[in-house]
Amino acid sequence: MIPNFNRRQALALGAGAVTVAVLGASSGPALAKNDSDEAIAKFTGGKTPAQGKVKLDLPEIAENGNTVPMTVTVESPMTEQSHVTDVLILASENPRSGVATFHFSPASGIAEANTRIRLAATQDVIAVAKMNDGSFFMARKQVKVTIGGCGG
Amino acid sequence: MISRRELLQVGAATAALAPGGWSRAFAQQRMTQADLLRFEAVGNVTLVHLTDIHAQLMPVLFREPSINLGVGDARGHVPHVTGRDFLDLYKIPAGSAAAYALTSEDFTALARSYGRLGGLDRIATVLKAIRAERGDRTVFLDGGDTWQNSYTSMLTKGQDMVDCMALLKPDAMVGHWEFTLGAERVKAIAEKLGFPFLAQNIRDTEWNEAAFEPMTMLERGGVKIAVIGQAFPYTPIANPRWMMPNWSFGIREEDLQGNVEKARQQGAGLVVLLSHNGFDVDRKLAARVKGIDVILTGHTHDALPDVVRIGRTLLVASGSHGKFVSRLDLDVRGGEVKDFRFKLIPIFSDVIAPDAEMAGKIAAIRAPHEKMLGEAIGRTETLLYRRGNFNGTLDDVICDALLTERDAEIALSPGFRWGNSLLPGQDITREDIYNATALSYPAAYRTTMTGARLKEVLEDVADNLFNPDPYYQQGGDMVRVGGVSFTIDVSQNAGHRISDLKSLRTGKPLDAAKDYVVTGWASVNEGTEGPAIWDVVMRHIEKRRVVAPGEAGRVRVLGT
Amino acid sequence: MAVKPRMKLDKKEAKKGDLVEVKALVSHVMESGQRKDSAGNTIPRKILNKFVCTVAGKQVFAADFEPAISANPYIQFKFKAQESGPVVLTWTDDDGSTIVGEETIKVS
Repeated sequence: MIPNFNRRQALALGAGAVTVAVLGASSGPALAKNDSDEAIAKFTGGKTPAQGKVKLDLPEIAENGNTVPMTVTVESPMTEQSHVTDVLILASENPRSGVATFHFSPASGIAEANTRIRLAATQDVIAVAKMNDGSFFMARKQVKVTIGGCGG
Repeated sequence: MISRRELLQVGAATAALAPGGWSRAFAQQRMTQADLLRFEAVGNVTLVHLTDIHAQLMPVLFREPSINLGVGDARGHVPHVTGRDFLDLYKIPAGSAAAYALTSEDFTALARSYGRLGGLDRIATVLKAIRAERGDRTVFLDGGDTWQNSYTSMLTKGQDMVDCMALLKPDAMVGHWEFTLGAERVKAIAEKLGFPFLAQNIRDTEWNEAAFEPMTMLERGGVKIAVIGQAFPYTPIANPRWMMPNWSFGIREEDLQGNVEKARQQGAGLVVLLSHNGFDVDRKLAARVKGIDVILTGHTHDALPDVVRIGRTLLVASGSHGKFVSRLDLDVRGGEVKDFRFKLIPIFSDVIAPDAEMAGKIAAIRAPHEKMLGEAIGRTETLLYRRGNFNGTLDDVICDALLTERDAEIALSPGFRWGNSLLPGQDITREDIYNATALSYPAAYRTTMTGARLKEVLEDVADNLFNPDPYYQQGGDMVRVGGVSFTIDVSQNAGHRISDLKSLRTGKPLDAAKDYVVTGWASVNEGTEGPAIWDVVMRHIEKRRVVAPGEAGRVRVLGT
Repeated sequence: MAVKPRMKLDKKEAKKGDLVEVKALVSHVMESGQRKDSAGNTIPRKILNKFVCTVAGKQVFAADFEPAISANPYIQFKFKAQESGPVVLTWTDDDGSTIVGEETIKVS
């Protein structure tokens, strides 16, 4: 076990010698529920997204909660007739759920994007895809944000 | 399926040795090098696997765990079977050489009879014998955790191990503790190895591109063999990330599937994953990634006398500290494994003759330090060991030393799975302490933590070990504690396993809001300050002369 | 602040219909607006909130970013090669300023 006492400091990336976490991070008990349900409802206009088609690729355990690599891929022919238009990315237990929205079109060729995100604690990352026919698909994946390690 | 395992012909077939019943000389008479090497060859490929030697050039005493709990789907399955249950499962007679090598049963008595295992010079003998027999059918693979955790490996930044391993001519290797030498050192060594240092699961943090070769193609016995390498996925979490800031690891299951498919497209008739994932991760992975014939597992230090079959994939677990070398013969035809035979070869150091070339190399490396390393600084009255899910007696000594020398209420010591054992009455040498503590970030820190923070740390490490999904586990064992007691329910969810956290000094529950003075070592934080842990432990033992550790901390385990 | 983004295309020449991968990195603090300085005052939010990629003048990919995007934002995506022309990446800051990067793709 190798406690990482300075995680809060480490999370406080950026200019200024500040010691408050970027996103009010705590590795303790789950934070109060954020606005992810509302954000999904707003994005889908109240429709319940179906499971499937969306694939979220994130590490099971984050190496650094400040910069967690994330790839989202949505299965689609990406033709004029059938394509993905938007993909909403949310974090279930950051103080605010919003992470990013990706916009695709047939010119994208494939609905796939990769970026790096901030996760304040262990939580689910959620992706909701909107198709051009107005249907929605969703996936989620848990990412553990840890403070200690056991180096075998 | 019939078991295609070669029995450990070291007393297993005959009556077992009664613990302490025969002299050491008599016990050794019963074994021969030929017995240990005997193997009825099969097929056209022989894989030889050595892993997690932790820089132990010399033979060791290493007690296997008496507690190794499995959770979720792994509960009750190997490698989470220990002691008598393990002997029953594999039909190994109690008191036999195999029982001694593979379990903690009667360890002290059997160690006195059967002696040490390992030694890279003995391993060299075994490897040469296999190569002599199997010629160009042989593939030798190093599963990593090779370059660190002894005095000379620390002093030479892994060069001693690199030079010795070079004599064994591995076909490929993977890494974990290697990375604690720092990214630059790893790259510098890897470039000059003469064989590939593989990692399909490491990318650079800037452009998300492969940092190492993912695989190598070999041709042996007329078979095209793809060896794909997997570094320990959680190296930058379990070990200091600042030592490898530009590399991102992870399991990267999809990349692996892609590499397997690429290997098959390139004509591989056999696909081998040389893995440092840990056994439970590999078991899960074997069921999800299609097309891997063999996974040579590592990291979790499990020694299994038979392969474990998951679908069409064979999992091999070759132990640690140089105690064993695995030999897996495969009959590969038409891109399929048609038959196989396996033996986990125990390296009984008094039975297998040392290879002269390797012995000479090791002696030369050790010569300048031999006198210092051999110096006795005290003696132990009890068996000292580390391996096991919770505090081992060796950890109790370390925690006692930390509490005393760093004047703290609470001590934390990492649950590393490396570190040798010492028998009751044995002198404790400087080398024994280095073998339990040698690493590149040794500062024994002293800090304060609230009771709540300490619980958080314990919960966090517990989840790294007991999360029911192996992909969220990091291997290693539970953090060892001094000065406190707690209850752990391994069946609970993250954040709810630890309770009843009390100070041993006062007998009172820890106050969530109160600050406590905490000491520990091997912090992953850059700039951690404090004396080197080996100095702390040596000072403590030199003062005591005789150690007879009691419980430095106390752990009650529920939910098994 | 004249920030120059760094960008990479996995190919400079593509056949019509090929997928071209774009990777881009830009230096930016991505101040979340949720941190406080040592005096306890909230540090105002300042992030790149929008990203657009056009190829030969036509949008192929875009993204809206929230404060949960890491500092020095990285973006990787693909587009379908249709015609030769400039591949232009534009990031828009909360303050309205933009950061622009450009490469060229040749499509045959």
